[in-house]
Amino acid sequence: MSARALWRGVVRFAGAEVPVKLYAAVEDRDVHFRLLHEPDEVPVTRELVHPETGEVVPFADAKRGYVTAEGDLVILEPDELDALAPEPSRVIDVVRFTPRGAIDPRWYVRPYYLGPDGEQEAFAALAAALERREREGLARWTMRRRGYLGALRMHRGHLMLITLRSDPAVLADAALAAPADADLDPRELDLARRILETLAAPFEPEAYADTYRQRVLDLIAAKARGEPVRLAPPPERPRFEDLGQALRASLERERPRA
Amino acid sequence: MPERDAADGSALQPYWSGVIAFSLVRVPVSLYAAHRRSRPALRLVHDDGTPLSRRYVCPEEGKPLTSDEIVRGYEVEEGSWVIVRDEELDALEPAKSREIDLRRFVPRDALDPVFFERPYVLVPEPGAAKAYLLLARAMEEERRAGVATFVMRGKEYLVAIFADDGVLHAETLRFAAELRAPADLDLPEPALADVHRVAELERAIDGLSADGLDRSLLRDPHAARLSELIEEKLDAGVDVVEARRPEPDEPEVDLAAILRGRLSATAARDGHDTNGQDRDAYAAADAGGRTGRTTTKRAAVTGALMARTKAELYEQAKALDIAGRSAMSKEELARAIRERR
Repeated sequence: MSARALWRGVVRFAGAEVPVKLYAAVEDRDVHFRLLHEPDEVPVTRELVHPETGEVVPFADAKRGYVTAEGDLVILEPDELDALAPEPSRVIDVVRFTPRGAIDPRWYVRPYYLGPDGEQEAFAALAAALERREREGLARWTMRRRGYLGALRMHRGHLMLITLRSDPAVLADAALAAPADADLDPRELDLARRILETLAAPFEPEAYADTYRQRVLDLIAAKARGEPVRLAPPPERPRFEDLGQALRASLERERPRA
Repeated sequence: MPERDAADGSALQPYWSGVIAFSLVRVPVSLYAAHRRSRPALRLVHDDGTPLSRRYVCPEEGKPLTSDEIVRGYEVEEGSWVIVRDEELDALEPAKSREIDLRRFVPRDALDPVFFERPYVLVPEPGAAKAYLLLARAMEEERRAGVATFVMRGKEYLVAIFADDGVLHAETLRFAAELRAPADLDLPEPALADVHRVAELERAIDGLSADGLDRSLLRDPHAARLSELIEEKLDAGVDVVEARRPEPDEPEVDLAAILRGRLSATAARDGHDTNGQDRDAYAAADAGGRTGRTTTKRAAVTGALMARTKAELYEQAKALDIAGRSAMSKEELARAIRERR
């Protein structure tokens, strides 16, 4: 089963040029719902309306505006916004290489596999060079007149491009910290660490499956057949007087039996 | 889909509320998206400069709809729908919808970032600061991340929870089944690379290398150009509509402030041990966390009250000397108690 490439580009840096094809690495398996008007089960639509006059404005006719801190509004015309959009290009411009992991994975959005576009040897050389130097690249490119930022890196022997968020707000949140003077009981901390040790395990993503999704589909099928739906109640959980008790009970529970 | 965060200036809302279960230790928390919408955010506006409101309408009747006239449906056949309600989705996995049960702790470095989907920050509910800080410190010292599955807003997620600087972060992960294997894409076997060409590329890579990442490289040039355009127009007074009412001077609530408040020394010291307070936070999660609609304070309080049995509510109403309590239903008791507070 051969996949269709989403896009074709050219990875470029310091005189090197490697034509590539981009393939989606992620499959969307969501169960898709629509919002309906309950009495007649008609899918709803959205509209824009002037909050004072009630006038309905078609989406295509709406302008865009920026609201300042003082509440003033600057209207931006469609042609002005269009002039800001980047020019189309096939270049995936790698601006920097860093050690693996220097690009915080919390900024990752979506991974894409790269494959050669014709020049197989050049592609193989790029993958080998990245692997040998143990580096990842920071890349910029334009697709459909939108600018993208991405990490160019190897994943289990295959070349990947992973889109990144460029919102500075993510970077600010990375600087969150708890107060330094947190008063933690050393015995409780020791208990907590020991519990962690008993629950230590390797990272095995294949061990997890989305069972909920199937239950949703089963629920839908049951309702479609007109079957009554029984709602399960939330589970009861044991309560403890204090954190210390809960920690001791936890260690007891998790300790492997001799 | 419900808005994940409000770009219109309203208060920061959690995306989900529930309990982190660390064996028998329970830490009530709220989950906030770590990623905010890009600045500058643009609004859709009328020609006269008024920001436009969005609403749902029924295209057949042509009338605008309120939220209680709208339901979620799945198309089983063309034009044939099955309606699915929030309570029904919740009841499919009631435990997983309310708690993240951390049964496995993996080495932090073993988390493969190719699975990373969305970053979140966990904020402890009032009273849970001590347990939260303890779990965070233990995870940081052990250099481990907790992995579990849970249900949030009608979808199941694989999630990794880890600590940085005493703060718990969550990262939803893709399921392995959602990530295509290279074999599925029929990518050609890697060709043999020419040794000289590889060496050439390695030199080129070295020439562009740095030890760390210069954050200025991450800045969005489009956002910068947009900001420039906006400033030019503001300075020139072109296409500027002045505010008719002065904006209320609300201090911007940000995640750092919320976290500081909940983790302050006072919060950690004076708060009750978390396990006792669990039920209220649990119920507050019932009230607001599931549906994806904005949790109002009222709903959260009523929700917390509704988690109690009718007998418990009656005792409380008695203590508050609420008139007519013997004739009230459980809902009526909860409302009356809430109004007394």
